[in-house]
Amino acid sequence: MQTQSMHFKERAGQKLADARLQKNLKKLSEKFVTARAAAITEIDDFEGTRNAAVERRNRALGRLDLWLETFERNARAGGAHVLYAQNAEEATRLIVDIAKKHGVRKVTKSKSMVSEEVQLNAAFAAAGVQPVETDLGEYILQINDNEPPSHIIAPVIHKDKEEISALFAKTHATARKTEITELTREAREVLRGHFLSADMGVTGANFLIAETGSVALVTNEGNEGMCTIMPPKVHVVLTGIEKVLPTLEDLATLMRLLPRSATGQPISNYFSILSGPRRSADLDGPEHMYYVLVDAGRTGLLGSEFQEMLRCIRCGACMNHCPVYQKIGGHAYGWVYPGPMGSVLTPSYVGLENALDLPHAATLCGQCSVVCPVKIPLPDLLRKLREKQWERHLRPWYERVGVGLWAFAATRPALYAFGARVAARMLNWIGGTEGRIRQLPLGGGWTGTRDFPAPSGRTFRDMYRERRTGRSGA
Amino acid sequence: MRVALFVTCLVDAVRPAIGFSVIKLLEAAGCEVVVPESQTCCGQPAYNSGDSSTARVLAEKVLREFDGFDYVVIPSGSCGGQVKVHYLELFRDHPDLKSRAERLAGRMYELTDFLVSVLKVSSVPSQFAGHVTYHDSCCGLRELGVKQQPRALLGMLPGVQITELNGCEQCCGFGGTFSIKFGDVSGAIVDEKCRNVKATGADAVVLGDLGCILNIEGRLRRTGDTTTRVLHIAQVLAGDA
Repeated sequence: MQTQSMHFKERAGQKLADARLQKNLKKLSEKFVTARAAAITEIDDFEGTRNAAVERRNRALGRLDLWLETFERNARAGGAHVLYAQNAEEATRLIVDIAKKHGVRKVTKSKSMVSEEVQLNAAFAAAGVQPVETDLGEYILQINDNEPPSHIIAPVIHKDKEEISALFAKTHATARKTEITELTREAREVLRGHFLSADMGVTGANFLIAETGSVALVTNEGNEGMCTIMPPKVHVVLTGIEKVLPTLEDLATLMRLLPRSATGQPISNYFSILSGPRRSADLDGPEHMYYVLVDAGRTGLLGSEFQEMLRCIRCGACMNHCPVYQKIGGHAYGWVYPGPMGSVLTPSYVGLENALDLPHAATLCGQCSVVCPVKIPLPDLLRKLREKQWERHLRPWYERVGVGLWAFAATRPALYAFGARVAARMLNWIGGTEGRIRQLPLGGGWTGTRDFPAPSGRTFRDMYRERRTGRSGA
Repeated sequence: MRVALFVTCLVDAVRPAIGFSVIKLLEAAGCEVVVPESQTCCGQPAYNSGDSSTARVLAEKVLREFDGFDYVVIPSGSCGGQVKVHYLELFRDHPDLKSRAERLAGRMYELTDFLVSVLKVSSVPSQFAGHVTYHDSCCGLRELGVKQQPRALLGMLPGVQITELNGCEQCCGFGGTFSIKFGDVSGAIVDEKCRNVKATGADAVVLGDLGCILNIEGRLRRTGDTTTRVLHIAQVLAGDA
């Protein structure tokens, strides 16, 4: 996906003005936030479980090389091929080559954000292979002219039933349905044909298990099973190298947190652990299985002050709870990963200079790190990205001048006292009798949507000094 | 007990009355209040802009100015969080300064936390009466654990009726310079906060951070609400509201 993150501000403005989107985004807090809050109370020791999850993810990342090798060895022993891709181009080339090798003409896909990262569908199309998204949300987006997802687990959260209904009627040339059950039935009917005629299935991975060489997949629609064990000859798992867990026990801990943090479910409707292609005694399964493990910026975070970001298990809780995401949705962020996790990942993966606004597109309210199941200190990481921008002179000149002038005064108490006195008086005068400033000099960003309550007119320090001298004089 | 007051730059310049309410509260509880004269700002604007070297210079200044008191009290969760939590991060590679920052962090309290946890007050010098709601400011809540303290203090006023605010722990959208850099997003967030405030039917929303006060009051007034009061908890508890 091409990054549009440089246009965050402009895109956010458009999203705010979109009344329909604003209505649809309300589903986030109504559905996910409430559901998660209820779901975490089912775990006796939620904090303890989070701490355990942090430890287990840290253990995996601390020796990622070792666990990847272990995974590779065990996956190969189970009959799968394990391939590595340094970047997006390499990943798509490997997968297109696999498709060519097996004479693949149609690919069914279960949801994979890494496939969005590497733009897999475009690569398939260019190679004459038809990709079919089978996650309902992703399918809706694909038939809407390959619209990008706006959320990592609920890709179509920005749309309402009416939009989808109209899209189905147009694409499927059927009568317009109004009930959700009718719409899902129609999608099932269309997708069933694709499942039966596909040659290859591509899935992501929620986790890779090193000790068994397996992939763990979480879905609510069961489409991952259709993509991998129905007719396809070939199953390709496309995921990032950071998704590996040493043991099944690690998986058990993480799985207590993932569905609860994501959708508020104790467990997803479907949960598969797949360990290699079909063996002779197996009733089903693909003939060939490949893992394509992508770096694409991840090793750059290893060993850096941003390593904690690699713990991410892609639950989406940070964006569900983010006051900024809740108001603008995912598209404004301009790349694959939106919300707080995206504002750390995007600059890390596509370059800080290509996502200047993202580290600043947060109030640093801290709610994201409170809800993160693996305790990623997202506000701290955003602030560290801001530091990098400052060091590399990537912020506008007027910000540097502003902070510079303010700092010059703030380190000189007498000058500061004078400046504060003048500013307080001036703004008090501008505020007039009502005490409201409707247009603030140099503060249009503020007064575009709010008044600025005018200062009382005198500074505390002046009044305090006067009071003290008054007292001592009395 | 000698208590230094960290006034905060916003209280100093915009709402000095809050500072005097704090002094009144502390003196009523038997503290000797000292206001270090050379104080300016905790450095948070620089820190959150990514200019950590400037933030460190200001942090060192704060360490010097607020050394030698029994306690330091600050009427802001945001500035309090900066000193108590983020100074330690700023000085992570400076062991001497870090240990001084730790000493200060151990003695510094957000106002309501100080009144409840340290002074253990059982009454406050106020006759304030009215129907209020309370907004939990982000840093106070999430960095300093300020949640029950202000409610306990408001509960000491027999004339106060509290209606809990729907989404009281949700950010108001201020976020320091965020409110200017992304004014329209910030405005949309505070708009929801204001709608929730109005839905309580309270005459006043009470809170502990001036940034959020300016944001919420500014949006209420812009949308034509000239009556809902936006009050710092110090003003309410000191009977100055």
